[in-house]
Amino acid sequence: MDNNYTFTRKTQYWVMSIAGLGILLLIVGYFINSPSRQELWTNILINNLYFLFIALFGGVFQALHKIAYSGWHTALQRIPEALTSFLPIAAVLMFVLYFGMHDLYHWSHEGLHDPILEGKAAYLNIPFFFIRMTVYFLGWIGLTYLLRKNSLHQDAFADMKYYKRGKFLAAIFMVFFAISSSTMSWDWIMSIDAHWFSTLFGWFVFIGLFEIGIATIILMISFLKKKGYLEFINKEHIHDMGKYLFAFSIFWMYLWFSQYLLIWYSHIPEETAYFAPRLHDFTILFFTVLVLNFVIPFLGLMTRNSKRNLNWLTVMAIVVLCGQWLNIYMLVIPGTIGKTAQIGLVEIGFVCLYLGGFLYVVFSSLAKAPLLSKNDPLLEESFHYET
Amino acid sequence: MRRYISAYFEDEENLLRAAKDLKNNNISIQDVLSPFPIHGLDPILGFKKSLIPTVGFISGAIGTIVAFGFQTWAFTVDYPLFIGGKPHFSIPSFIPITFELTVLFAAFGMVTAFLVRSKLGPGAKKTIHDERITDDHFVIIVDLEESGSQDGMVEEILLKEMAQEIQVKEIEL
Repeated sequence: MDNNYTFTRKTQYWVMSIAGLGILLLIVGYFINSPSRQELWTNILINNLYFLFIALFGGVFQALHKIAYSGWHTALQRIPEALTSFLPIAAVLMFVLYFGMHDLYHWSHEGLHDPILEGKAAYLNIPFFFIRMTVYFLGWIGLTYLLRKNSLHQDAFADMKYYKRGKFLAAIFMVFFAISSSTMSWDWIMSIDAHWFSTLFGWFVFIGLFEIGIATIILMISFLKKKGYLEFINKEHIHDMGKYLFAFSIFWMYLWFSQYLLIWYSHIPEETAYFAPRLHDFTILFFTVLVLNFVIPFLGLMTRNSKRNLNWLTVMAIVVLCGQWLNIYMLVIPGTIGKTAQIGLVEIGFVCLYLGGFLYVVFSSLAKAPLLSKNDPLLEESFHYET
Repeated sequence: MRRYISAYFEDEENLLRAAKDLKNNNISIQDVLSPFPIHGLDPILGFKKSLIPTVGFISGAIGTIVAFGFQTWAFTVDYPLFIGGKPHFSIPSFIPITFELTVLFAAFGMVTAFLVRSKLGPGAKKTIHDERITDDHFVIIVDLEESGSQDGMVEEILLKEMAQEIQVKEIEL
């Protein structure tokens, strides 16, 4: 089969109907549930973050493997590149939050006379917030664009300088991402509960991002293979993706528990005020997140064979994707909407709408370049990879 | 008297290729000696999948139950103390020890199973074929009686893959 993905009309209709279903659910949900403005903005924030994380992971995957001299990933290269094409749209969607700042972020209100918020005012103020947002997106979009351009040039001219430039860009991206991923999670998620902070938070969100990204790439591999593409991706590559999904679900649980245990043990009211509503008002959701993100992937992906079976991995990836969405929901909801929050038509509608849009952008980008980065020097290693 | 060929290699890749060639020619390999496990050798030698991972899982599960159960008993029934104002049955504080014992039991279980199965436990007989195997040489041993009169073929394959040395030994059983 040729190595160029065609974004067929049929797939386009499927994708657009997912988005259309989303709009329909939103309209119906709007009339049935009458969501408040705050609920609408919260949903926009949650889905912004979720799909931004997938797009960002495209860059992380490329950069991480380039700087580690990894060879096996080169066969997969084009999929993360396509994921990053969503970043500009994610940027626009995040900037739209300007109109919802008061509904989402308590600290954005004027005249609160709150000593804790006044102490943080040098960081948590609207101008600086948006300056940071601009810097993040300039860096992410700029670097992933350069990485993509470099990769496409490498296809055209087999010159070692593209390999070296790729490693250089990857290194810059990793440093920039390491800092910006922490600060972005503080800005956009942690500041919702502005009286609280956790030094593990940046890492916790990053590992969630990683899990979401790996699960998405697994689903994309599954989708493309079913259509007959990606013949060069064999069980060994799939095994490694399964290892990632398994390992990072354990890591995610480790960070989740580290954050929780320390706060539980020291029992300091300023810190426990974060978990109290989550544990008491959202108990089922709280534990569902643990089961979906850790218990099921941990037990389901333990054996070697389970990690080599693409169909099983697809199931696990879907479980993780649902679990991670609920994780972001849990991070955001108690601080914004509170006890009255529910997962109803509006929530599902928003997810479908975003999903349709996201898939449209990513599949279009996937069709713009061959699925095989043919001149990558480490490509042969990827074909003969054994694990 | 049985005759064996011992072929010494300096690189495990060569040994792997030689083993594949021997297998393709239906020459059974008596043994392979190596200072470290060689990736990809098990299928060539026709080894069944090891059960040690299963032993690890079961031992780990036993560890989890033992750790969690013992802490529960110790802190609720036997010696309940108020530590930091926490409840007696405080699951979060039980988790780190539970995790550690799970890993410990799994490790002990696997190591013990390995030593028992490979007969390397206390009192094992020392049978080192050649001390260089513990350092940087790899050996394929082929039983010449079993492979019929294919001495020439065996030597040819072994030398093709750059065996450094070929010794023909006669062992009394």
